[in-house]
Amino acid sequence: MIKAILIFNNHGKPRLSKFYEHYSEDTEQQIIRETFHLVSKRDENVCNFLEGGMLIGGSENKLIYRHYATLYFVFCVDSSESELGILDLIQVFVETLDKCFENVCELDLIFHVDKVHNILAEMVMGGMVLETNMNEIITQVDAQNKMEKSETFIFQSPRQDR
Amino acid sequence: MPAVSKGDGMRGLAVFISDIRNCKSKEAEIKRINKELANIRSKFKGDKALDGYSKKKYVCKLLFIFLLGHDIDFGHMEAVNLLSSNKYTEKQIGYLFISVLVNSNSDLISLINNAIKNDLSSRNPTFMNLALHCIANVGSREMAEAFAAEVPRILVAGDTMDSVKQSAALCLLRLNRTSPDLVLMGEWTTRVVHLLNDQHLGVVTAATSLITTLAQKSPEDFKTSVSLAVARLSRIVSSASTDLQDYTYYFVAAPWLSVKLLRLLQCYPPPEDGAIRGRLTECLETILNKAQEPPKSKKVQHSNAKNAVLFEAISLIIHHDSEPTLLVRACNQLGQFLQHRETNLRYLALESMCTLASSEFSHEAVKTHIETVINALKSERDVSVRQRAVDLLYAMCDRSNAKQIVAEMLSYLETADYSIREEIVLKVAILAEKYAVDYTWYVDTILNLIRFAGDYVSDEVWYRVIQIVINRDEVQGYAAKTVFEALQAPACHENLVKVGGYILGEFGNLIAGDSRSSPLIQFDLLHSKFHLCSVPTRALLLSAYIKFINLFPEVKGTIQEVLRSDSQLRNADVELQQRAVEYLRLSCIASTDILATVLEEMPPFPERESSILAKLKRKKGPGNLHPDLDENRKERSVNGGTADHSSTTTNAKVATSPTPSTDLLGLGSTIATQNSAPPASKGASLLVDVFSENISAFPVETPVAVGPVADENFSSFLPNTPQVAYANATLPTAEEPEDKFVCKNNGVLYENQLLQIGLKSEFRQNLGRMYVFFGNKTSTQFMNFAASVVCQDTLQAQLNVHAKPADPTVDGGAQLQQILNIECVSDFVDAPVLNIQFRYGGTLQNIAVKLPITLNKFFQPTEMTSQDFFQRWKQLGAPQQEVQNIFKAKHSMDTEVTKAKIMGFGAALLDGVDPNPSNFVGAGVIHTKTTQVGCLLRLEPNIQAQMYRLTLRTSRDTVSQRLCDLLSEQF
Repeated sequence: MIKAILIFNNHGKPRLSKFYEHYSEDTEQQIIRETFHLVSKRDENVCNFLEGGMLIGGSENKLIYRHYATLYFVFCVDSSESELGILDLIQVFVETLDKCFENVCELDLIFHVDKVHNILAEMVMGGMVLETNMNEIITQVDAQNKMEKSETFIFQSPRQDR
Repeated sequence: MPAVSKGDGMRGLAVFISDIRNCKSKEAEIKRINKELANIRSKFKGDKALDGYSKKKYVCKLLFIFLLGHDIDFGHMEAVNLLSSNKYTEKQIGYLFISVLVNSNSDLISLINNAIKNDLSSRNPTFMNLALHCIANVGSREMAEAFAAEVPRILVAGDTMDSVKQSAALCLLRLNRTSPDLVLMGEWTTRVVHLLNDQHLGVVTAATSLITTLAQKSPEDFKTSVSLAVARLSRIVSSASTDLQDYTYYFVAAPWLSVKLLRLLQCYPPPEDGAIRGRLTECLETILNKAQEPPKSKKVQHSNAKNAVLFEAISLIIHHDSEPTLLVRACNQLGQFLQHRETNLRYLALESMCTLASSEFSHEAVKTHIETVINALKSERDVSVRQRAVDLLYAMCDRSNAKQIVAEMLSYLETADYSIREEIVLKVAILAEKYAVDYTWYVDTILNLIRFAGDYVSDEVWYRVIQIVINRDEVQGYAAKTVFEALQAPACHENLVKVGGYILGEFGNLIAGDSRSSPLIQFDLLHSKFHLCSVPTRALLLSAYIKFINLFPEVKGTIQEVLRSDSQLRNADVELQQRAVEYLRLSCIASTDILATVLEEMPPFPERESSILAKLKRKKGPGNLHPDLDENRKERSVNGGTADHSSTTTNAKVATSPTPSTDLLGLGSTIATQNSAPPASKGASLLVDVFSENISAFPVETPVAVGPVADENFSSFLPNTPQVAYANATLPTAEEPEDKFVCKNNGVLYENQLLQIGLKSEFRQNLGRMYVFFGNKTSTQFMNFAASVVCQDTLQAQLNVHAKPADPTVDGGAQLQQILNIECVSDFVDAPVLNIQFRYGGTLQNIAVKLPITLNKFFQPTEMTSQDFFQRWKQLGAPQQEVQNIFKAKHSMDTEVTKAKIMGFGAALLDGVDPNPSNFVGAGVIHTKTTQVGCLLRLEPNIQAQMYRLTLRTSRDTVSQRLCDLLSEQF
């Protein structure tokens, strides 16, 4: 099971955090910091797996991460997940984001947190992998956007937007 | 076209985020956020109804603020309101807010549940998905109660859309995890299993996850899934890479589903049906074959996906552990990966090989890779990988390669990462012991451990080496010689000093013949380290010195000189001072014979599981409390009490140890030294002996008393020890336990076949502390152990007894200590009851014992002159203040014994007060929280009639009565 999905940048600023087990808000922030500390001190070409930090279960859990440009994508998983499988899942996630945002960059994640959450929700649900097929995911996201657009058209009043 | 166009974002949100990003300081950021929170709050509270767009914008802002680590304490209600909107946008943002911000015990759950219920029955797949996601993400009990019946129905309904089925499967899985009792599969089981045949691979993937979890809990119910899973796997594995279209990932057919199916099969043994089994073997062979084919793509994703399936297949092969050919192929494949240029693959190969090493078919095959693994240990740049290499070396170690592996691990230790040093130390210590053919190698190895990584050598490790040296005659001389040499180093680790002190103290004589290690040189060498060591080590060294006095009479003078020095005799540390005083005295007054007996070589330790092993087990599983942990705790304490010279008075660990319980219980607590390990067989009788209080009167000799020495020596050494208490203590159940403890504070309170309860208590004024020792006499652990103290009825107001919490388990042969703090509020009659409950081999045991807390425990003796006594006696002349009892003697009327009893009762014995010298007179004050009661007593024996007359006068009638009752029972 996936315990948490964290995205932070090279400076440790969180860009997305999704916990599938309940922690207090403080603990969540501490876990993000601890994970950043563990992951960021590793060299570039070492392996993508390491034991989880103490706050999130220590050696019971593994951190599986990838580093893309300015962002770290970290999945914290228990022993029931395949390490390489999760690594591929991260890749699918990033490729999907890339398709949805057209050359995704950190700013897209910042300004469209809700979208990122929606895309992730199409892939992972309650800590389990829901869908791995990128086309399927994108179809779903597209459908949502269409619905959104049709509604936005009616509601949006950008001029007073502040 | 991109699915999200960059232009359609919300401008207000973008501006806010930009503002935050432009903040120069944390303070500025907080200020900006507070401003925004105030703005949103006023908008939410405002009269004007917000449109969907605004609501969405504000909720997004709140999400962003939350992500930055700020608490969000409002907006929940607005989010819940969004759920009931008909607009997808609003509903979706509402659900998002809830799944990120609402935890499972929110009081809004019932409102949320309502919205979910509507969406689930909406037949709109998008809404249904949102609702199912929300259930899965929050996963609270209330939600399980509301939807545990509904979700399976959606899952198996014929008209449910595929995407909803996927969500429903995982939603059910989540509910099963959080509230398994509410998710009853029963009627759905077959239909869920048949989802493995579903057309849609996404549905199959989700269903496989669900079935795997359910099958782990009730394998029998989901047994039919094995054949379906094998069939499905076979179809995927044999398909051309293009057959599965979208589920082909970088030329690998449905890798995630394959992995999941292989995981599911790991819940079961190899299929019994020959055909299915053959088909599965075929699949596994195909997967192994594919690994040898040239890659279809150079992309790392291709090899990742392929290898994900391969590793899972290997896991299944190892799990089945039944096909030698597959096992060997798996091992060879992993061997290839060990040298792969991808770090990830090397890591995973090392990890998988660890499990493979424990299979009898492949252990030998794994061993052939030893050089590669050792190389990995030396050359890997990644600590994660090196750690796996250490694990694998440990797993593949056996008698044939132990020396090589231990040597490699030792040399790695010098440069190892600090984070894994302690674990390596433990592993080396275990392997060295387990595979030691000759113990000289073992001793060398442990000393090297201390030399290379002394700081990481835990107490368990050096206790263990001492146990082994003590138990094996053949290695003792070598050990003495080796530690002597090791100690020559100008700077050596304190752990080496401990081992050295212990071993030379025991076996220094074996090397004393050599003039280079004469007794004096040995002593000087040890003493040269003394001042650099911590208090516990110094205490240990002092014990080694007294042992030297016995071993080498020629250095007696030198050592006495050292003991006599002010730095010892007046040491600020009470333990060191006491040892110095007592050892010096012992060396002066005891004859050679007695010294030889008292300071005899340690008896062999009972064989037991290595404490180090237990510690390692615990280290490996810090998250969960498995039984090993308790095992470990026991072992630790055993060592704490036996091999440890340095246990100090206040050191509770001694008290928790099983056999050496003697030293603490018997008031040996004043000092527990190296002699304090009686042979296990004698444990029981010794336990009783040292309970007797008499020893407490002679603290100097305590180390002797608890030594492995025959009792005769003990009593001859202490000629004036009365034997009465012995008799008392050996028959613990003969009297009311309460009566037995009236005049003393320590002893065995209760004993049956399972359990022995010992007490040691001390009282001062109106306060008391009682140490209760629960000794497990069996070899089985007591589970759910709980002991509580109950003060019934009126006693509640008179006496406060607070029991400190104790461990819920007592290991076989171990002892648990519980501390009771007692406060006497006012005078009392009844005794509190100690209720003990525990589970022994499945049956619940209940024991209730009265605690011997009696009023006289709060006595403070008062010395007074004859004149004062009689003056007060007269003042207390009112009829209700005096209680008198005339009774027949139950024991022999020995004057000395009677005196001891009156003093034990707590009163001061006043000599020369009564005109008749055969009478006894005592005085004291009973302290309670509310008041103090002065007490005078007089006991007149009549030897001819074998009768006593006891008179009590106190300022309170109840106190007079109670004290008279208590004391009358004692003679």
